[in-house]
Amino acid sequence: MSPQVTSVIIEVSYLCAVVLFVLSLKWLSAPSTARHGVLAGEIGMALAVVATLLYHGIVSYHWIVAALAVGCVVGIPLGLVPMTAVPQRTALSHAFGALAAAMVGTAEYYLDAPHISAFTMSALAIEVILGSLTFTASLMAAGKLQEVLPQRPITYKGQNFVNLSLLAAAVLVAVYLVLNPGATYLFPVIVAIPLLFGFLMVIPIGGADMPTVISLLNSYAGLSAAAMGFVLGSKLLIVAGALDGSSGFILSIIMSRAMNRSFTNVLFGAFGQVQESAAKVEQKPVRSATPEDAAAILEAASSVMVIPGYGMAVAQAQHRVRELYDILTRRGADVKFAIHPVAGRMPGHMNVLLAEADVPYDKLLDMDEANLEFPQVDVALVIGANDVTNPAARHDRGSPIYGMPILDVDKARTVMVIKRSLSPGFAGIDNELYYMDKTLMLFGDAKAFVGSIVRELSASGNAHT
Amino acid sequence: MSDLMSNLYVLVLAAFLGFEVIRRVSPLLHTPLMSLTNALDAIAVVGAIVIAGEQRSTLATVLGTLAVAASASNVVGGFLITDRMLRMFRAGAKTKAS
Repeated sequence: MSPQVTSVIIEVSYLCAVVLFVLSLKWLSAPSTARHGVLAGEIGMALAVVATLLYHGIVSYHWIVAALAVGCVVGIPLGLVPMTAVPQRTALSHAFGALAAAMVGTAEYYLDAPHISAFTMSALAIEVILGSLTFTASLMAAGKLQEVLPQRPITYKGQNFVNLSLLAAAVLVAVYLVLNPGATYLFPVIVAIPLLFGFLMVIPIGGADMPTVISLLNSYAGLSAAAMGFVLGSKLLIVAGALDGSSGFILSIIMSRAMNRSFTNVLFGAFGQVQESAAKVEQKPVRSATPEDAAAILEAASSVMVIPGYGMAVAQAQHRVRELYDILTRRGADVKFAIHPVAGRMPGHMNVLLAEADVPYDKLLDMDEANLEFPQVDVALVIGANDVTNPAARHDRGSPIYGMPILDVDKARTVMVIKRSLSPGFAGIDNELYYMDKTLMLFGDAKAFVGSIVRELSASGNAHT
Repeated sequence: MSDLMSNLYVLVLAAFLGFEVIRRVSPLLHTPLMSLTNALDAIAVVGAIVIAGEQRSTLATVLGTLAVAASASNVVGGFLITDRMLRMFRAGAKTKAS
């Protein structure tokens, strides 16, 4: 084939890929069509990759084939991780995507310098800076999620000053490079500083802020790919990067709203500061109950709302929770799940865990739907959630979480909370829900406790029949 | 310059389209959304393939090859896990019928 024909084939394939990518995301909007979306994405991707391999400028396929093989060897296990490991897998894949963008950018720079237009150099700088910082930041996030690194935020005096100065330095060097693209000795600086910045950026972020951070890094990874599209003059990359970037951006906004953080707060990465709340540890009495008591209460309930949180994921309790769901549903109770947007460690984390345990998705309610139902709910069962249920967010102006939208668990007739101990949540705030008259505390491991309740319920069920 | 402008148009339009399409994704599917966009974003593999295949310098070939491997792993892993997740989402009616 002549190069002209091939380039037409490539361009047309890329156009088809773009259409398929957009359809892919469109079909993802509903669970019934979502899997078609994956298929559309796969076809689009295959089309684009095969078309690219036809490109006449490619002189050797050895390295490409080897690299594609390595990619499969690494990618397949990453696609088969258990659902509980999805947050760290996602962070890791952001790191890979960002790494690819940074490396392609670096390669392009050294190939073309100093004959780079100011505009291309700007796109290149954005690509390399975002790519590098997203790479280390995502690795840090993955490390924290995998608990190889401490989840506790690490802060020191002048942290924001140090971070912002580093970023400013990188931007200044980038501007200099835009004006003097031939200053090749400076290029490593816009790789090295962002690498350091990404690392420092995630240090002060605690585990509970991970949903926002992951979304933000998703957005950065997309933007660096879009910038790469400008450097390479590829509209396909620009579109894919823009789609990924806007998806991450939307999720960041949803997450920051759900934590009552302003949008600038998210953009400047100033989240996750340890809230120095004056946690007044008063010795207030709580009512605690045994699995037998809890089973008796659930037996009498005609509507139950389960509020899962990160604690359920940690205890791997989702399958026991599903057994509880089954047994209560069989007894005629209406069992639903109330899911706060930031429950867990990434957007949608709880939904995936419960879907894995085979809970039908129409029983999973989002915050607004659930809050409409709470006043009619007989029993609200909180499993491993804390701050998102704290009524102080609604009325206590002094509380660090004041204004954060919460699940109105306290409006249910009876509240039961499964918790290891009375220790406060990530924000270090006491949860006044625990001290209410209608609240029963069920102390213990979530998985073991739910298991005991299920045993009680099935034993009493057998006794009746 | 006209190329630059048309690329900017593409960026702006794609971002708007992305907002409109993704806004409609239910919170239920936010995790698969993230893994799917991640897989799609790994389309960067096409740029990396060109860099790796043109072999214009050793540095570019090495970086390009590494970039192909990194993004290919995102393609494979991303689609695989998205599909695994979506297969698990079942409606209530179907579960009862089975």
